[in-house]
Amino acid sequence: MLSLYVPGASPVHRAPAGLKLAVLAVLGVGLFATGRLDLVATALLLVLATGLLWARLPFRALTAQVRPVWIWLAALFGFHLLVTGPLVGAVAVLRLLTLVVAAAVVTATTRVTALVAVIEWLTSPLRVFGVRPARIGLVIAMTLRFIPLVADRAARIREAQAARGADRVRLAMVVPLLVQVLRMATTVGEALDARGAGDVPGRRPRRRAAAENLGTT
Amino acid sequence: MKTKDLAYIALFAAIMAVLGLLPPVPVPGIPVPITAQTLGVMLAGSVLGARRGGLALLVFLAVVAVGLPVLSGGRGGLAVFVGPSAGFLYSWPIAAFVIGLLTELFWRRYNLAWALVANLIGGVLVIYAIGIPFLSLFGDVPLSTAFTGSMAFVPGDLVKAVAASLVAVAVHKAYPVIELPARRATAG
Repeated sequence: MLSLYVPGASPVHRAPAGLKLAVLAVLGVGLFATGRLDLVATALLLVLATGLLWARLPFRALTAQVRPVWIWLAALFGFHLLVTGPLVGAVAVLRLLTLVVAAAVVTATTRVTALVAVIEWLTSPLRVFGVRPARIGLVIAMTLRFIPLVADRAARIREAQAARGADRVRLAMVVPLLVQVLRMATTVGEALDARGAGDVPGRRPRRRAAAENLGTT
Repeated sequence: MKTKDLAYIALFAAIMAVLGLLPPVPVPGIPVPITAQTLGVMLAGSVLGARRGGLALLVFLAVVAVGLPVLSGGRGGLAVFVGPSAGFLYSWPIAAFVIGLLTELFWRRYNLAWALVANLIGGVLVIYAIGIPFLSLFGDVPLSTAFTGSMAFVPGDLVKAVAASLVAVAVHKAYPVIELPARRATAG
């Protein structure tokens, strides 16, 4: 399954997902509250030590997630060098880099299912507004299941059109694809209803079962 | 909200993910390659309407946050939510909601022109109105610099708005998913 999770048994891996997210949030607030280079640099070193030494993540696992941000950070530093000076620039860049690496560590050490559970927990206060957290879990499970399905349908339509001599991706292929997958989603919704997923009165148990049957693989 | 609506929401979140897996498309005459994902934002709003479209994008962001590399270029995880360009991500659910709202408003006389209006306002204006101030705030750069830097992406977004509108009008005819407000109000 495609995921940025790197399996492991370190204390960081085993820490509760909610705790890790809370630490990340506190770090984010703290970093933006300070403008001191030494504090920000220390934070970056601590985060790197947590990821590489404590969680024993391969260096590549972190750089893979940081790479997309490099260009932004470089541009940002270049701008500060020209306008406000190197010190402010270094703080701004290191601050963002620290946060990005910290977030990468959380992502690499926490299973998708654990994070989905945190989302369900975080959204549970929304019950007041009629939101049912278990249904959020169901939607995420369905999304994970639909990704390969949609990709497969797209590939099939592309092949069919290539066989007729169309060599480029065209709008004409997007419409039949959308209609196909919309029809599929309608069927899935009806099938879930037929199995009791839409029952409102019973609080949770059945919907849980539905989410598990759909399988996050 | 019915189970069917949940399936539509999940479907468009999945479509966003598949669009992210596509390689960026270079367009002749425009220096910046087009990543297809804002196309997904526009389609979600145009096909599903305000509520479901906005929720589809929220679900997509949740899937990104839990660590699937489904943003264009194989990005994902929590890291992208704290980068300087994160504001553009946060703008997506709102953009899809606004597009959906306008689409529902125009639904009875929906055609290419109205679709374009909805996609340009929601899919271009709203996204930049949120993304640019965020870039300026998070990156410590003045608003004007963030603005000029982002303008490079506008031509691509205009092309995407046209493409999304053409598709949305065709889907509106072939498989309309939005029901008119009077009927939606009675739905659970």
